[in-house]
Amino acid sequence: MSKNSTAVPFNGTSAQKEELLKVIAEKKNDKGALMPVLQKAQDIYGYLPIEVQKIISDEMNIPLEKIYGVVTFYSQFSLNPKGKYKISVCLGTACYVKGSGDIYNKLQEKLGIESGGCTPDGKFSLEACRCIGACGLAPLLTVNDEVYGRLTVDDVDSILAKYAE
Amino acid sequence: MENINLKINGVDVTAPKGSTILEAARMANIDIPTLCWLKDINEIGACRICVVEVNEGRGFRIAASCVYPVSEGMEVLTNSPKVIESRKKTLQLILSNHDRKCLSCVRSGKCELQKLARDMGVDDECLYDGEKTVYEIDNSAAHMYRDNNKCILCRRCSAVCEKVQGIGVIGANERGFKTNIASAFEMGLGETSCVSCGQCIAVCPVGAISEKDNTKEVFEAIADPEKHVVVQVAPAVRAGLGEAFGLPIGTDVEGKMAAALRRLGFDKVFDTNFSADLTIMEEAHEFLDRVKNGGKLPLITSCSPGWVKYCEHYFPDMTENLSSCKSPQQMFGAIVKSYYAEKEGIDPKNIVSVSVMPCTAKKFEIGRDDEDGAGLPDVDIAITTRELARMIERAGIQFLALPDEKFDEPLGVSTGAGVIFGATGGVMEAALRTAVEELTGEELPSVEFTAVRGTEGIKEASYDVAGMTVKVAVASGLGNARELLNKVKNGEADYQFIEIMGCPGGCVNGGGQPQQPASVRNFTDIRALRAKVLYDLDESRPLRKSHENPVIKELYANYLGEPGSHKAHELLHTTYVKRTIN
Repeated sequence: MSKNSTAVPFNGTSAQKEELLKVIAEKKNDKGALMPVLQKAQDIYGYLPIEVQKIISDEMNIPLEKIYGVVTFYSQFSLNPKGKYKISVCLGTACYVKGSGDIYNKLQEKLGIESGGCTPDGKFSLEACRCIGACGLAPLLTVNDEVYGRLTVDDVDSILAKYAE
Repeated sequence: MENINLKINGVDVTAPKGSTILEAARMANIDIPTLCWLKDINEIGACRICVVEVNEGRGFRIAASCVYPVSEGMEVLTNSPKVIESRKKTLQLILSNHDRKCLSCVRSGKCELQKLARDMGVDDECLYDGEKTVYEIDNSAAHMYRDNNKCILCRRCSAVCEKVQGIGVIGANERGFKTNIASAFEMGLGETSCVSCGQCIAVCPVGAISEKDNTKEVFEAIADPEKHVVVQVAPAVRAGLGEAFGLPIGTDVEGKMAAALRRLGFDKVFDTNFSADLTIMEEAHEFLDRVKNGGKLPLITSCSPGWVKYCEHYFPDMTENLSSCKSPQQMFGAIVKSYYAEKEGIDPKNIVSVSVMPCTAKKFEIGRDDEDGAGLPDVDIAITTRELARMIERAGIQFLALPDEKFDEPLGVSTGAGVIFGATGGVMEAALRTAVEELTGEELPSVEFTAVRGTEGIKEASYDVAGMTVKVAVASGLGNARELLNKVKNGEADYQFIEIMGCPGGCVNGGGQPQQPASVRNFTDIRALRAKVLYDLDESRPLRKSHENPVIKELYANYLGEPGSHKAHELLHTTYVKRTIN
């Protein structure tokens, strides 16, 4: 449908929906309620897919497009879920001059997703980050809390293979 | 009201407190150019074309005059070298990411950006050329396309869609250089709950939004000797078409229009006013039937396809309130391919039924289900007033020099009741003329129901007719329609009959009418000027009640039987669907 919609199927629970409806009911009549509602919704679901934005649109009587406009305006909001394994590639100065851009590109290619995206099976998500304070290990990436340093493009396959099951 | 004294370009000016600099300048007969500003609709100070120099005691500085309120003792310069330089730079920057295919652009010559560039002397439009955003053209809707490569992000379209029409299916997504006008999740407009009203087209200053052009199909049909090409023209077209040829807003060009259509080569030049009369026969009958037999009330008119689609999306539980009558456009087509074809001995398969409409939603309407009364599409091609103007220009017809001609018989015969369909309240008034006479069995002392006239968004009236009180309401513009319908839904109003038109002011202000630049729209009531044309035409007609139209009488006597008959239902009535909001 769209370049910005996620391929990961929506797995929202009725408990999550209930919580969201409660938040909306509390804030609905406040001026400028949309931002705090979107922030809470992202806390609840981890991201803001069309299913969640539609609930907010219906309940708050705000056109879906208006909500989508706000969500795509602020970088704090995500249209994609985080994967089971969250890969962050440092594109800070030190890592970048040591070739982290190539590593990042290779990951995009291998996983078939773009920055901020998540693989359809929900396993890997990919994002760029700025310096994490370990420039001596440049170029580096993290998978959840695991740090991988002094990388070359050829290391990408073996790192992904580690999380294959 | 408190007044504020200020100086504009060295001249003393007095303006009411709360006025903007732009409004104060206007009072002093000084125009300030604008691009994003639409009065009461889009007042966001975003485009920076209206900048002026302002001194409030701390030296001159640049400010956006469209949103800057006047203050006592303020000095303003609207035309200084610094102001011109600023406007010029803004234009150069806009043009640096604008698809400048001006030669063939549908807005060429009438483009607000083009005019500004010329006025400000921007002769180096590629000065800041660099990276450009490239977008696919959205062709998914039946009635229009959006070309973001020409969009200048003024947001006039999204403001009208959300604030006036209460829909909001297009708006600004992303940020910075990637900012673009689109629908949620980049859905094509055809997938959204866009109702096809075309008000976004009417306000777009450039060629980024336009109707789908069907003039080629019309020219081809006319050139095909096998085809009998019949054209009908909606009431409001005659009140707007002249503007495309430089005539003042509110010029009646009915006669020249008929002459132009004949010279374009249509085999028959007919009038939608005829089927407006027919609509009244069916709708007045349906209304009286629902009142007498406990049918669903209020009855709501169904002439406006933008309104009908809106109802289906946003008030799906009220589609039973919609009149089952087709719109005049569709009724006309159904009669052409049945009664007219039989009468003239023409195979309806060889008839091409063309309509000229002030409306873009008519392009959507012709493709709806259950709009094929004679087993063929009622209408084959629907073009807008703007497309007709383009055809006339392309054919080299000197429109202004044309004589006034008449419509062809029989389907060009109409009454004053038909012509006022094009203005908000007109359908209601026309229906009342017929329904009241039928209820009382007496001739009306006056045919004019003035309470339902005028350009206000919501009007109401009540009439005592034959011992009963008939409460009616009229709304135009879908934001107003929503307000009115919510009152009905919440039990705050008990109307029996409601007229709703999708566009503010009705069809005269339809999304297919010639575009007027913001410099005119912001200071002129276009709707009232065009509506006056229709009311004047009504007054000049010898017959002003639909049921007195001799061709309508004959049509019922020899073909349809009674209003609401089985045959009438087959040809002239339709069904609706329930849709969701996207």
